[in-house]
Amino acid sequence: MLLRFFLMGLDRKAGIVLTILAILAVAVPVMTLWVPADSPFHLSVFTVSLLGKYLCFALLALALDLVWGYCGILSLGHAAFFALGGYAMGMYLMRQIGPRGVYGNPELPDFMVFLNWTELPWYWWGFDQFWFAALMVLVVPGALAFAFGWFAFRSRVTGVYLSIITQALTFALLLAFFRNDMGFGGNNGLTDFKDILGYDIQADTTRVALFVATVAALALSYMIASGVIASKLGKVLVALRDAESRVRFMGYDTESYKLFAWSLSACMAGVAGALYVPQVGIINPSEFAPASSIEAVIWVAVGGRGTLAGGILGAVLVNMGKSYFTGALPELWLFALGGLFVAVTLFLPKGLLGLWGQLTAKLPRRNKASPLPNAQPANQTAGQKGA
Amino acid sequence: MSAESTLLYLDGVSVSFDGFKALNSLSLVMMPGEMRAIIGPNGAGKTTMMDVITGKTRPDTGTILFEGQTDLTRLREAAIANLGIGRKFQRPTVFEPHTVWDNLELALKAPRRPLKTLTYAISRDDRSRIEEILDITRLSPLRSRQAGSLSHGQKQWLEIGMLLAQDPKLLLVDEPVAGMTDAETEQTAELLCSIAGKHSVIVVEHDMSFVRALGVKVTVLAEGSVLAEGSLDSVSANAQVIDTYLGR
Ligand SMILES: Nc1ncnc2c1ncn2[C@@H]1O[C@H](COP(=O)(O)OP(=O)(O)O)[C@@H](O)[C@H]1O
Ligand SMILES: [Mg+2]
Repeated sequence: MLLRFFLMGLDRKAGIVLTILAILAVAVPVMTLWVPADSPFHLSVFTVSLLGKYLCFALLALALDLVWGYCGILSLGHAAFFALGGYAMGMYLMRQIGPRGVYGNPELPDFMVFLNWTELPWYWWGFDQFWFAALMVLVVPGALAFAFGWFAFRSRVTGVYLSIITQALTFALLLAFFRNDMGFGGNNGLTDFKDILGYDIQADTTRVALFVATVAALALSYMIASGVIASKLGKVLVALRDAESRVRFMGYDTESYKLFAWSLSACMAGVAGALYVPQVGIINPSEFAPASSIEAVIWVAVGGRGTLAGGILGAVLVNMGKSYFTGALPELWLFALGGLFVAVTLFLPKGLLGLWGQLTAKLPRRNKASPLPNAQPANQTAGQKGA
Repeated sequence: MSAESTLLYLDGVSVSFDGFKALNSLSLVMMPGEMRAIIGPNGAGKTTMMDVITGKTRPDTGTILFEGQTDLTRLREAAIANLGIGRKFQRPTVFEPHTVWDNLELALKAPRRPLKTLTYAISRDDRSRIEEILDITRLSPLRSRQAGSLSHGQKQWLEIGMLLAQDPKLLLVDEPVAGMTDAETEQTAELLCSIAGKHSVIVVEHDMSFVRALGVKVTVLAEGSVLAEGSLDSVSANAQVIDTYLGR
């Protein structure tokens, strides 16, 4: 049954995305670890981590597109789930430092010693175990999203109001995580990590392994998301995005549908954050900043909302642009980003993938229209959405 | 009349919007299998009546019972729909990005919970039921078309098809022939008549020739309450009805 579920989501677009990811998962390790450093095909470890970071953002964008593109929930707070997943991973990495911290306390992270704390707060218990931290990466964002969604969707908050309260959510978390007495390192966040699962976090092989793990997480999440979209549940989501009350009058409890997609999306964002933290080496409250969530919205808009692959493309392209600009012309980056958003909204309402769809639609169609009802289900509709 | 044997029982239902009484102590009784036409001038409260039956609007006062026992004023929209009350809106609302087939598949009577729809695989029975509805609504050749690309009349039929797929005990149909050509209107009347019997139907309509073609009991609404009830000929002869509605 699980297999059927994954197969259902496999259309041509999914094939392209998964092929590219598979190539990356093989080529990048080879080019980094085995191609000699003086070869033009050699990739530096720095580049690998940069690519890994882009793919974490791509996963965040994928998660956001699932709720924005398919349920019409414009979340302006998705970075909060990303950051919570990041903090859960950061707490594990802090515990791995052990007695190698500046203060040499085997139990307490440095910042707690600095605050004169004598014992580990209860909410840090268990984070020395990887499995527990990994579970929390899913549970904490998922549970917060579930609770938030339960109240928001039941009270039928929609549209702009919902967007505003998602923004308020991430802002509230930003303020909370800034406080030193919260026990998450305050302003400085969590950093100075040493190992992950016993491997040196700075080692080339570890960095490459983290990259491959990110590719795998992105591929798996993509398959889950496109399986969900291709299922009847996904069709209900698209239907309620456009005509929610009509779906209710058909007997679907639309709140629980939104809650499902919303919580699933938050879990994916959490995984993205958890993979991001070991690759950039730090997590601090600035990840909760409202601007982070808004940037994620721009990635999806640029790539093409409601296409899944568009979010991935947008996140990678915009962040490549950001890396370039912040190196070459740092003061211009925000203007470029703002300009890009305006331009996309005005000229490319369906994003880059939409543009591609329009261009290919103009070319003569290969005989794709099949009148057979049996050829009808799932993947065909999922394919059309990209077009 | 006792409420027990009825399918739908409305008694003394009132709704006001900012002091304006859209429904004013409305009472109406439908028997199982019955088809009823509701006519009345614009703003008479016809759509509001459907809103209170389907849970979209809560009445200020009054009783609404389904099958003589279930109090509809306490239930949410999805729960009411799952009791077996389907609704077609005045403005056709089909799911435009989905194909005709998918629209019917979504409406088809089947478990509605998310985990059930996530793992749903279409069965042979479901498929033949959709085929059947495609035939009844003459949409068979258009099954793979996106619903958004259908003509107005085709969308109306698709919506009626979606109601059939839901297989409700009671269908509420709001102005199904608005904007249709004469030929389409006639076909729609035939379609609704073929549905009646197996299902109970309430049709709201302005178009008198359409109501005549249905040939069923008529209820005239005006200013939120029932003005007259009976055959179309008898209500048309009613002086009050002529004054408030037909005479204009
Ligand atoms: N949600 C609402 N808020 C305020 N007034 C409403 C609302 N719904 C309906 N009305 C008013 O109630 C009256 C009855 O409307 P409606 O039931 O749509 O009439 P009909 O369908 O018979 O043309 C109208 O005067 C309309 O303006
Ligand atoms: Mg009306």
